[in-house]
Amino acid sequence: MKNMATLLATTAILATLATAAHSKTLVFCSEASPAHFDPGPTTGGNDFDASSRTMYNRLVEFEHGGTAVKPGLAESWEISDDGLEYTFHLRPGVKFHTTEYFTPTRDMNADDVIFSFERQWKEDNPWYAYLSGLTWDYFQGMDMPKFLKSIEKVDDLTVKMTLTEPNAPMLANLGMDFASIMSKEYADQLVASGDLASLSTKPIGTGPFQFVAYQADAVIRYKAFPDYWAGKVAIDDLIFAITTEPATRVQKLKAGECDIMPYPAPADIAGLKADPEINVMEQEGLNIGYMSYNVTIPPMDKVEVRKALSTAINKDAIIEAVYQGAGQSATNLIPPTMWSYNKSVKDNPYDPDAAKKMLEDAGVKDLTIDLWAMPVSRPYNPNAQRVAELIQADWAKIGVKANIVTYEWTEYRTRGKLKDRPGAFQIGWTGDNGDPDNFFATLFSCSAIGVSNYSSWCDPEFEKLTQDAKKVSDIAERTKLYEQAQVVFKREEPALTIAHSKVFMPMRKRVTGFTMDPLGIHRFDNVDVSE
Amino acid sequence: MLGYLARRIALLVPTVIGITIAAFAFIRLLPGDPILALAGQHGVTAERYEILKEQFGFNRPIWEQYFDYLQNVLHGDFGISLSSKRPVLEEFLTRFPATLELSLCAIIFAVALGIPAGVFAATQRGKFGDQALMGTALVGYSMPIFWWGLLLIMFFSGFLGWTPVSGRISLMYYFPSVTGFMLIDSLLSGQKGAFASAASHLVLPAIVLGTIPLAVIARQTRSAMLEVLGEDYVRTARAKGLSPFAVIGIHALRNALIPVITVIGLMVGTLLAGAILTETIFSWPGIGKWMVDSIFRRDYPVVQGGLMLIAMIVMLVNLIVDMLYGLINPRIRRQ
Repeated sequence: MKNMATLLATTAILATLATAAHSKTLVFCSEASPAHFDPGPTTGGNDFDASSRTMYNRLVEFEHGGTAVKPGLAESWEISDDGLEYTFHLRPGVKFHTTEYFTPTRDMNADDVIFSFERQWKEDNPWYAYLSGLTWDYFQGMDMPKFLKSIEKVDDLTVKMTLTEPNAPMLANLGMDFASIMSKEYADQLVASGDLASLSTKPIGTGPFQFVAYQADAVIRYKAFPDYWAGKVAIDDLIFAITTEPATRVQKLKAGECDIMPYPAPADIAGLKADPEINVMEQEGLNIGYMSYNVTIPPMDKVEVRKALSTAINKDAIIEAVYQGAGQSATNLIPPTMWSYNKSVKDNPYDPDAAKKMLEDAGVKDLTIDLWAMPVSRPYNPNAQRVAELIQADWAKIGVKANIVTYEWTEYRTRGKLKDRPGAFQIGWTGDNGDPDNFFATLFSCSAIGVSNYSSWCDPEFEKLTQDAKKVSDIAERTKLYEQAQVVFKREEPALTIAHSKVFMPMRKRVTGFTMDPLGIHRFDNVDVSE
Repeated sequence: MLGYLARRIALLVPTVIGITIAAFAFIRLLPGDPILALAGQHGVTAERYEILKEQFGFNRPIWEQYFDYLQNVLHGDFGISLSSKRPVLEEFLTRFPATLELSLCAIIFAVALGIPAGVFAATQRGKFGDQALMGTALVGYSMPIFWWGLLLIMFFSGFLGWTPVSGRISLMYYFPSVTGFMLIDSLLSGQKGAFASAASHLVLPAIVLGTIPLAVIARQTRSAMLEVLGEDYVRTARAKGLSPFAVIGIHALRNALIPVITVIGLMVGTLLAGAILTETIFSWPGIGKWMVDSIFRRDYPVVQGGLMLIAMIVMLVNLIVDMLYGLINPRIRRQ
């Protein structure tokens, strides 16, 4: 036994020494295996971390640590006055990765850009269904087929995108993962060899890291791309050690088996903060946890009743008990870090007596409500069951009886979006692209009823404001419209905005330069490690 | 013997059909919807939902889907994963060696400790040693795997720093997979220290997965030994003046092992069930973790294909054990 212990200890020491010799290796304990490496059809944050943000670029990129759009593979662009034509000037001299399975013969050009969109858009494109059962969920979800009229090559380094109607969030959409630019030359090579599926398993991009190897469910290996257009990144090797169990990730981080990890369990945060070898970064997430009232079912069709129910809820108690300091009470649908946030909107006060009177005035007695609680923990709501219990107790004080309802997660959402679903439904949202439209229109537009508008709320004034804000590209003008939309939202109370949660990112002290991303993406192009 | 084998194999046919039905129905009985699980937080519109339903074939009558599936399975086609879009069989075969390696190590650990412990307890019947061992075995049997795994990680990896936390080998080693068995591949790679690293990564998961089998084997060995130790031939051996070691080790143990071997064979199912949790805690890239992830994603083809393949392996092992048992004990064949 003693020999065994010595052997194990020696192995551990050797491993540590060897790791120290490769000083520019960064190990990220990622939370799940990627479905594959094509950022077009995948939908998970873990998929994007492993593909689009490491190995690909887009025409425009989000700034580090923010949601402002900056030049990416497009050096500059012009938008026509009517908001219908976007002309992108591509960056010259951008190289695609050279690997053992592909050697590019030319730089990135307009053909690559057109290919990247048409494969998701045109059903007759051979790449549209290159994998069995393929769906382009984000391309569809962001309404690209509805807005895109044409994408044309003006010359090798100029692409013109024409829209069917003005859509101001388009630029932010183009910074999203699904809009990653693929190599048409590589795709053609795969067509010639008849091995289309390799596009999803042997990726080629223009991004800061290039693919080395993937061992299913275990490890993804990348190395720095020496010809990266923005200059070679500081670290040489990037490794994703796939570790699904949060408690195991914490132990690996503490043992130095990884340098950085996402999504620690709230209970582990205090222990991580106390560890002298570990830094814990934190940031307000670009998210909202809320509770949708179905405004088409009496008595919740009356705004007074919805207001009364919201006024009866002690949100501060919820933040303290459930978010445990890792959240802030939400006044508006969008978090305060997002542009167009309306500071002058006042939240409903917590006042059970006033709430009781409001209900009486509305003529509502002996009210019984279904109160829906998600079965899973989400970044925007770590424990919906507990939230439901607290709300149940608050409502009991004003004579409202709540029956807590829950289902398996996908079933929960299916039932929740039914137009005749009764009651108050807890749900939430994490922003995709930092544009307010991605909250207001995505969650509460009339066309989202039955999809992601769980309140079945279709308010003409709110609808006009948010649709108008899509049509102008001037940020100041859009800000005014969204600010008004927030006033209408609070006045009509289609949902109780509960909280914006904080996101934690623990890492070893040798990691420098990491910036937390409001979109929840993990990027390593500006990270370095000390010896 | 051949007739017995034929009868056993014939009995497998209805069992396999039963398993295909169970595997097919099981995932569909769970609430939840694969299309919505795939779509992420955006959801899909009703129109698009119908299109996708048709694309995946979920709109056809359930029996039609089942018979199609059965036909494909008979041709060795277990379908395509909804998530990775790769053939289920290929995905299974990529991951199975990891589970097999872990399970073999766990069972070796359980047998190597369980049989001596059971023999020792039987010779000490009623004394402190017996009670202590059997008490420990009961604790081991009742231990929640998840909790036990984390406890060992915290102590041996976190506190003592003796073992790695998770994974199959240190990240500094990188070589192509030849057999899928890390112990063998690390030797083949010729990289210095790779084998030791792979072995050290196996220690904790094998202990965790082997704990319940260890407890069962120890208890089974003890009771089988107690039965045998009371037999006339053991008394005769003792009367002949043989050493206690020869009596217990040669005469008693050999006969006591027959039921123990059966128990070990039946442990395969328990091991595969335990592997699901063990692999999740130790980030072990085997079929257990793959199945759990797929259930959460409502990846129908993976779950039903994986269930069938696992069930077939369990049946195959049980068949082999039955055969062995038949060989050892000829009376079984005639029943």
